[in-house]
Amino acid sequence: MAEVRLTTPISEEEIRKLKAGDTLYLSGKMFLARDEAHLRAIEMFDEGKELPFDFKGLAVFHCGPIVKQDDTGQWHVVAAGPTTSSRMEIFQDEFIERFRVSVVIGKGGMFERTTAAMKKYGCVYAAFTGGAAVLAADGIKKVEGVEWLDLGTPEALWIFEADNFGPLTIAIDSHGNNLFKDIADIAEKNRPKAYEIIGASKE
Amino acid sequence: MEFAPIIEKVAFNLMKYSATVLPDNAIKAIKTAYEKEKSTTGKAQLGAIIKNFESGAEKSTPMCQDTGIHIYYVEIGADCPIDDLGKFREALTNASRKTTTEVPMRPNAVDPFGSNSGDNTGRYIPWINWEIVSGDKIKITAFPKGGGSENMSTVKMLKPGVGLTGVMKEVVDWMISAGGQPCPPTVVGVAIGGGADIAIKIAKKQLMRPIGEPHPQKEVAEMEQKLLKAINTTGIGPMGLGGNITSLAVHMDYAMRHPASLPMAIAVQCWAARQSAAEISADGKVKYLHHDIKD
Repeated sequence: MAEVRLTTPISEEEIRKLKAGDTLYLSGKMFLARDEAHLRAIEMFDEGKELPFDFKGLAVFHCGPIVKQDDTGQWHVVAAGPTTSSRMEIFQDEFIERFRVSVVIGKGGMFERTTAAMKKYGCVYAAFTGGAAVLAADGIKKVEGVEWLDLGTPEALWIFEADNFGPLTIAIDSHGNNLFKDIADIAEKNRPKAYEIIGASKE
Repeated sequence: MEFAPIIEKVAFNLMKYSATVLPDNAIKAIKTAYEKEKSTTGKAQLGAIIKNFESGAEKSTPMCQDTGIHIYYVEIGADCPIDDLGKFREALTNASRKTTTEVPMRPNAVDPFGSNSGDNTGRYIPWINWEIVSGDKIKITAFPKGGGSENMSTVKMLKPGVGLTGVMKEVVDWMISAGGQPCPPTVVGVAIGGGADIAIKIAKKQLMRPIGEPHPQKEVAEMEQKLLKAINTTGIGPMGLGGNITSLAVHMDYAMRHPASLPMAIAVQCWAARQSAAEISADGKVKYLHHDIKD
């Protein structure tokens, strides 16, 4: 399992070299999008509207940060850990197809649709320790900007400059491997053992 | 005597400390989990969690960006000489509003028919659980609850015929499907009986018990142990990336049930088992129960 340092935008060739289980540290421009921002971006794209900036090759981070604004209007990150990625499963594949982001950062894992899109278009899912918001904020150098503040600060489209943001675990690579699926298979295999402990029948 | 001004100040401190410093029992539970975790990946996740909450406490910064929806539990001693009970709700609401800008906490109160209120308050929020108890003290607990783990909470109306084994099976199945989503290692609150609303209220209250403290009743404590062992056999592990510590504890309780019903509720708490409580005496003196808070 390799330890890799990459700077966005990242080419498909570089992404294809990453394998599930690798550790990634990320630098460069990343943007934050949760449920609402994903929906709005897809909607705008489909209506032929221009997005605030080009997402291609960038990292999208599932995160609703705690931010504060100083007297000059500059925003600062206080805490910025990942949110549960599975909520984005219903449209992450469409998002990857339309915008060709290179890395999706989140926690808790994603499922078949996202894994398939990542294989098809060359993208990876990188897991950050859930709730580790103080550690995450240490890897953010600067808030470059924010769009769509009307969605509220947790849901807005924040643009961060990352500096060795990590450690991230490559949990889904662009070859169809998914660590969370592997663990789910292990849990399934262990289900009868768990039933035995509680005295339940094994059907 | 007027208590509302004290309550506002105390509630602010409680909400602030709950977001920034884990109670000792939670710290101990996670550090013990780190020692017991056998998977390298799982141990690395727990290591990051420990480094993170220690750093948050040092910087007085929220340990998680999801500072939760604001919930208070207020126990009022029946003999407490209170002249301004009607102002308590406003005092707690003001406290939550103030933490939003001063800690800062993330604005987490969203109007389903509108937008984010921006200050953690709004219709029914902060949610306040009121209870009249004996004695002359007021106890306030701040219990901010994160969305990721709350999304894994549930109520099921089981058929009484499935029995207690059926209850345990539901819990195991539910926690297997939750996987890494609720930010394990979790604390799992389980309640049976009462009704749908009663069960989830009791289940959620179990999350406030010191982690791993067994239920005083032997049969219940045994069921807690069996469930914990079963959940930790799954191999889901810290953050769902594999390991032998998926949950830190299972806390269970029950109410009497209707003959036709076996309601069961599961309330899930992420590793950030945040809470802070204080007791206010009849003379207005404040004693903080989880955190060393001055002023």
